Amino acid sequence: MSAIPLSHILMLASILFVIGFVGVIVRKNTLYILMSLEVMLNAVGIAFIGAGSAWQQADGQVMFILILTLAAAEVAVGLALLIQMQRRFKSLDIDLLSKLKG
Amino acid sequence: MSESTIVTLLTLLPFYPLVSFVLLISFAKRLSWHLAASISVGAMVLSALSSFAVVQYLSVDVPVITAHLWAWFTLSSNEQINISFYLDGLAAVMICVVTGIGLLIHIFAAAYMKEDANFTRFMAYMNLFIVAMLILVLADNLVLLYLGWEGVGLCSFLLIGFWYRERDNVLAARKAFIVTRVGDTAMAIGLFMIFKEIGQLTITDVNQSARILWIEGDSQPYWIALLLLGGAVGKSAQLPLQTWLPDAMAGPTPVSALIHAATMVTAGVYLIARMHGIFLLAPEVMTYVAWLGALTLLLAGIAALAQTDIKRVLAYSTMSQIGYMMLSLGAGAFSAGVFHLMTHAFFKALLFLTAGAIILALHHQQNLFKMGGLLKRLPLETILFSIGLVCLMALPGTSGFFSKEAIIAQLFSSTTAGPLLWLCAILGALLTSIYSCRLFFLGFMGKARFETSLQPSSSKLLKLSLIALAILSLGGGAFANILEVSLAPVFAVAPVIETLNEPAWLHPVAIATPFVGIIFSWFYFAKYRAPSDVTLTENTSGLARFCQQGLGFDSLYSWLLVKPYCALAKLNRKDIFDQLMMLNAWYISLWHDVLASSQNGKLRWYASAIGLATLLLLLALLLTVNVGTISMEAS
Repeated sequence: MSAIPLSHILMLASILFVIGFVGVIVRKNTLYILMSLEVMLNAVGIAFIGAGSAWQQADGQVMFILILTLAAAEVAVGLALLIQMQRRFKSLDIDLLSKLKG
Repeated sequence: MSESTIVTLLTLLPFYPLVSFVLLISFAKRLSWHLAASISVGAMVLSALSSFAVVQYLSVDVPVITAHLWAWFTLSSNEQINISFYLDGLAAVMICVVTGIGLLIHIFAAAYMKEDANFTRFMAYMNLFIVAMLILVLADNLVLLYLGWEGVGLCSFLLIGFWYRERDNVLAARKAFIVTRVGDTAMAIGLFMIFKEIGQLTITDVNQSARILWIEGDSQPYWIALLLLGGAVGKSAQLPLQTWLPDAMAGPTPVSALIHAATMVTAGVYLIARMHGIFLLAPEVMTYVAWLGALTLLLAGIAALAQTDIKRVLAYSTMSQIGYMMLSLGAGAFSAGVFHLMTHAFFKALLFLTAGAIILALHHQQNLFKMGGLLKRLPLETILFSIGLVCLMALPGTSGFFSKEAIIAQLFSSTTAGPLLWLCAILGALLTSIYSCRLFFLGFMGKARFETSLQPSSSKLLKLSLIALAILSLGGGAFANILEVSLAPVFAVAPVIETLNEPAWLHPVAIATPFVGIIFSWFYFAKYRAPSDVTLTENTSGLARFCQQGLGFDSLYSWLLVKPYCALAKLNRKDIFDQLMMLNAWYISLWHDVLASSQNGKLRWYASAIGLATLLLLLALLLTVNVGTISMEAS
């Protein structure tokens, strides 16, 4: 089994990260924003795994497990907020939540 | 009494009225008339009694009493400014006048202002004035003197504007404050100059050092004396800063009597007498003093001839009498000037207070052309007023005679005055008697021209103070010898004026002058005293109006100074310097707008801003790392 070169992994991770980031910025629907966040988190995860395998260290996988836990917690809180938002505003448009403007 | 008791008494002198002031101003309207009057008058009684006791202690053996209270601040390694009092013959005369006349005027004021809603405030200000005046005359250094100087100015302002609901009073108060401030500024510069040149500010030291450091005709004493003269001119309402005094009559009558006749306006005379050591080194300035005095006394005499308001006549007459004092100081006859200061305080206070009583009886009517015939209606007031006028005209035997003759006698042979100034003084005496007669004829003789019924005050306090003042005015000449003895050590260095080679007719002329004036006005103003039904009208010719407005000085200053200044102020309404400052504010508010608009509350914008910033940071990092490696390679 030939090893995938690190640069390819990092390129994939960057592309995924940019896709996720663009999703966060462009989408108005909060659900999609949360999903894009997941994509970004996983992009970072891939970068860690790649780096871990490249240097033959366990740290990368440890970090990925940490990210996974973080993502789970984030989704739990995010979805709860999402439900509250739907109840209060009858909409998921993130731009409606702009009461803190200067 | 032992010396320590005397020093304590001297120390406490200004504190009685100060305590009274604090009490009255703190409790204000909660005090009844009885309580407020007894506190303020009681403080004055204490002050007057202790000042007489202290003055009694002065003698040939003890020419000076000093009381050191505490150190105020340190100016340089060898000059410390103290709060300490210095009592010599000159200060003794002043404290007796200030507390004695002050007491009588306080008694009068307690009765006169009884009905006023703000009685306690009035008495509080009067007490504060006495405090400031005592500090002024007792100060042992020029800084403390300046404190008192500004203090009396403040009280003058407060009391002129006492009835502050009327526009004219407020304007008059403001005018008095600003005009005297011009003189005070000159005086302050004079003090700075004294400190720069001599390094000392204690009055006795300054007078002594000046004699050691400089000789007659040096330029430093010339400028210092000139600047001090500026201060004296402002405070004493002399040419060219005299315009505030007639307007100051807007204040209540006791104020006019106390501040604008008897005490504060003579502070300038006191200052010059106090600093005579420096003035004697600048004979030119002495001549200026004499000329200013002479011109003021003529100008004020002419202006007094055309006034219709009884108080304004007296105001101009005050100006002209202070002109006499200045004239005498300028001639080097310091004792005579101070003597006239004292007698003038007696009779001018009497005149003002009696005028006040008359004005009260006539329901606040001050126009002479609406008076007349008071001789029969108010006999007591008429007698008192004519006593005052007789002293003012300096008829033989009265106090005014002794002091004014003392001045006129020394003018002719003085090196800094001379025959011309003597002639001015004689002319002034003539004018004085003419306007006094005009005032008497208009006010007291002829037919009654007022419609309302008379309401003479029956207050015993009022009459008591008036009669006491009348006795002082008539008998004030008796103080001449005491004064001569007590002032002799103060003015020891003053030149003695030789009066041997004068023509013999000088004295008779001086004595006869007022009588000439009386005879002249008896005929010239015949229609004013006629009991017939001739309707009197004010002279409205151009010349009369010109004189009435103080020979046009007001409009001259308005043209020269006030209007250009107001025009400049209007031109610069949007203050150009302020605009420069506002540039800062504008810059900050610009950034505020920019930053506030970035705070739009939209989450996606924030996220993109973070992304963009991270991108820029990364870019910068990459670039610097690259540049670093390149430059490392190059080296």
